[in-house]
Amino acid sequence: MASKVTMRIQRFDPAVDEKPHDQDFEIELPAGITILKALNKVRAEKDPTLALRYSCGSAICGSCAMKVNGHARLACKTQVSDCTVDGVLRIAPMGNLKILRDLVVDMDPFFDSLGKAKPYLEAGNGSVPEFERKQRPEEFLQIDPSTTCILCAACYSDCNVLEVDDNFFGPATLAKAHRFIFDSRDVDTQARLRAVSKKTGVWDCTHCGECSTRCPTETKPLERIEEIRTKAMADGFHDNVGARHALGFRETVGKRGILDENYLPARSMGFFNLPGLLSLVPIGLRMMMRGKNPPLIPHKIDKLEEVKKTFARFEELRK
Amino acid sequence: MELVGQMDVAVITKVYPSRSHSGAAQGGVAAALGNVDGDSVEAHIYDTVKGADYLGDQDAIEILCNDAPRTIYEMEHLGCPFSRTEDHKINQRAFGGHSFLRACFSADRTGHALLHTLVEQTYKQGGKLKVYSEWHMNRLIVEDGVCRGVVAMDIKTGRLEVFRAKAVLFASGGYGQAFKITSNAAANTGDGIVAAYRAGIPLQDMEFVQFHPTGLYQHGILLTEGARGEGGYLINADGDRFMSTYAPSKMELGPRDIVSRSEQTEINEGRGAGPNKEYVLLDLRHLGKEKIMERLPQVYNLAKDFIGVDCIEDPVPIQPTAHYSMGGIPADNDCQVYLDDKGQQVTGFFVAGECSCISVHGANRLGTNSLLEALVFGRRAGKKMLDVTPGLKLADVNEERELEAAKKEIATLYAGDGSEDLSVIREELKEIMTYKVGVYRCADDMLQARSEIKGLRERFAKVQVKDPGTNFNLNLIDALELSNMLEYSELIVSGGLAREESRGAHFRTDFPTRDDQNWMHHTMAFRTEDGGHELRYKPVTVTRFQPEERKY
Repeated sequence: MASKVTMRIQRFDPAVDEKPHDQDFEIELPAGITILKALNKVRAEKDPTLALRYSCGSAICGSCAMKVNGHARLACKTQVSDCTVDGVLRIAPMGNLKILRDLVVDMDPFFDSLGKAKPYLEAGNGSVPEFERKQRPEEFLQIDPSTTCILCAACYSDCNVLEVDDNFFGPATLAKAHRFIFDSRDVDTQARLRAVSKKTGVWDCTHCGECSTRCPTETKPLERIEEIRTKAMADGFHDNVGARHALGFRETVGKRGILDENYLPARSMGFFNLPGLLSLVPIGLRMMMRGKNPPLIPHKIDKLEEVKKTFARFEELRK
Repeated sequence: MELVGQMDVAVITKVYPSRSHSGAAQGGVAAALGNVDGDSVEAHIYDTVKGADYLGDQDAIEILCNDAPRTIYEMEHLGCPFSRTEDHKINQRAFGGHSFLRACFSADRTGHALLHTLVEQTYKQGGKLKVYSEWHMNRLIVEDGVCRGVVAMDIKTGRLEVFRAKAVLFASGGYGQAFKITSNAAANTGDGIVAAYRAGIPLQDMEFVQFHPTGLYQHGILLTEGARGEGGYLINADGDRFMSTYAPSKMELGPRDIVSRSEQTEINEGRGAGPNKEYVLLDLRHLGKEKIMERLPQVYNLAKDFIGVDCIEDPVPIQPTAHYSMGGIPADNDCQVYLDDKGQQVTGFFVAGECSCISVHGANRLGTNSLLEALVFGRRAGKKMLDVTPGLKLADVNEERELEAAKKEIATLYAGDGSEDLSVIREELKEIMTYKVGVYRCADDMLQARSEIKGLRERFAKVQVKDPGTNFNLNLIDALELSNMLEYSELIVSGGLAREESRGAHFRTDFPTRDDQNWMHHTMAFRTEDGGHELRYKPVTVTRFQPEERKY
């Protein structure tokens, strides 16, 4: 059954437009049509100048990520009927990347960012032996999710950290790092963990979960980032703000049953890191002026023993 | 990879490297590793010769199969993730036409895993390899039998450039976009083969187009043969496993040409499923959820996302889909291109993968042999280039003339009176090719197709590109691609009309048997001065296996 849909497409041609603007196309669409096919119908029937990227049409090449109703999705595998609200379907280019024309964005920063993960196997010995290396099925399964990444950049588009800091490795790059950190055949694990533990690496992720929600594959970058963090901590990479923050968090909650918000920033920054500590002063002052600073002597909670018991049990389980 | 660091190498690609259609290959890559059974290279060679319906050149097939195990180990060492056996070796599954478990796989994303492993190597090479992403290749420059470079257009700016080179390698893929129901990517419009053809190089065996048995109904999207390799059934409207009629010993794992024809026969004879009896069904239900999710997760997602079928609960509607181009640019076993049917070659021009016709696939490719071919012959081409290029000089190019010619071709596409519509012509072409030059062919249909395509070419002259822009002008790219598609579609039809026999993927209802007496020959189509073409033939190389009846 066909139905009439208003496709509200964000247009921008740097040759003529100062800024992007929406354009509505009223179009008759058959049931079961994907957004990519609908866009190509617009090009065929309404406006051949609409620019977009696409290729395989089967969700494996990663070309056609774009924003549908404000969130990044693959146009080729998304049904129009799943996204049309009150007869309107909003289409826009991905975020966090410069628009080149209409739905086409500059992908270079995305592909360049992958380089930060040193995205190739370090086999440790350059020659090609006559036989394959062994890998256990469960070792293959460990890298299976991160190897499904199609580099569509949907996660990059909707990442809240990249929006404010384009030095952040980004979700896809960290998933790529995961793919080698957890590959039993790679010999560079510790150097890789050291690299992603530094500033702009795994600890700069804010856990908003947008990347995993938008990811059209099983890569799910947030889950991979968490696996890297866990491994980095276990392997002793504690000398960074993120790891200290996590450790400090556990210390204060374990001790008082509640977060000590005076202790934690200093603990995270490092007690002997003078420039780091000084960098906290302006925000501290601003909080104080607005009466938002936490009490100097933190509260204790009533059932502290229960929290302590929980922590003890957790430590037991961890061993 | 064979050349980087030793020469000044650049890759020019229409998309980004990780977007290439090799990534869509699902089920596996063939190599007689014998990791799960007693396979041998010998058996792989024989299966490939037989699968090709004896049109493959057997010397090339021997190279392909002999080099397969080494190739897989090399990819494994570069980091390609492979699914593993319980004893930690690369796992292997069954595939159509292969008599042993031979398909090495990475779940059902084998092409993706191999492609990304190679893309990762481009990062390892760092600045030593220059990649020009999103450039459309307009012209191949060949003069006096010497390849001198290409003319390409930066899609981001519309700028045309001449790339001069001592040696050029095309790995530009197949030509399945001329069909309505196709598993091919939008980018697979035969740009490479047509550029070579227009530069005076013949095209070989163009009539051989493989139809894959399990295309998702109406979408044509590939569902891997691995689904049958894992034990999936094909059933008709009555729930019968109809392959018992057509290939009783191999059943669903017959070669693709035979399985596709069997499906089409079921549909044509009224045993198709669905309200219009237009499709048959791929039944995976008996495999169970666990196996489907571990071995065939992509198949599950494609059926779910594109037609809303949960293959754990229900069978999936499928139909034959144009999938692989056996034909292409003729070359020797080191990938160096032939200029004629007598063995004369083009200096400095190489081809590998689907755009080439070496010919290892003959009249019908076996599943998992295409990834293998791309890897084996891609490497051979690199090695040969490393060998010969130092002895070549950078040939002169009249850059101005080449740029003018490319500009003129583009200007022509703007000069039409606009009375014809590009997308209408493209859709008509696709309908003609799928319904008249498809799984079953006959003289009547193909004669009609020929005159209709001629009509489309006349109408195409009236098409006018409407987008005046220089930046991501898809309208212009569409027109350049359609011009290519119209040109090579004529060759598919001509080759098919002339070949009065049935062999592999080319099946004539009016000549339903193979004719080894007259047709153990490769078709070679040469472009003539007036834009038409002439067909010549050259014999198939037979080394060890004489043609015999092909039964499964």
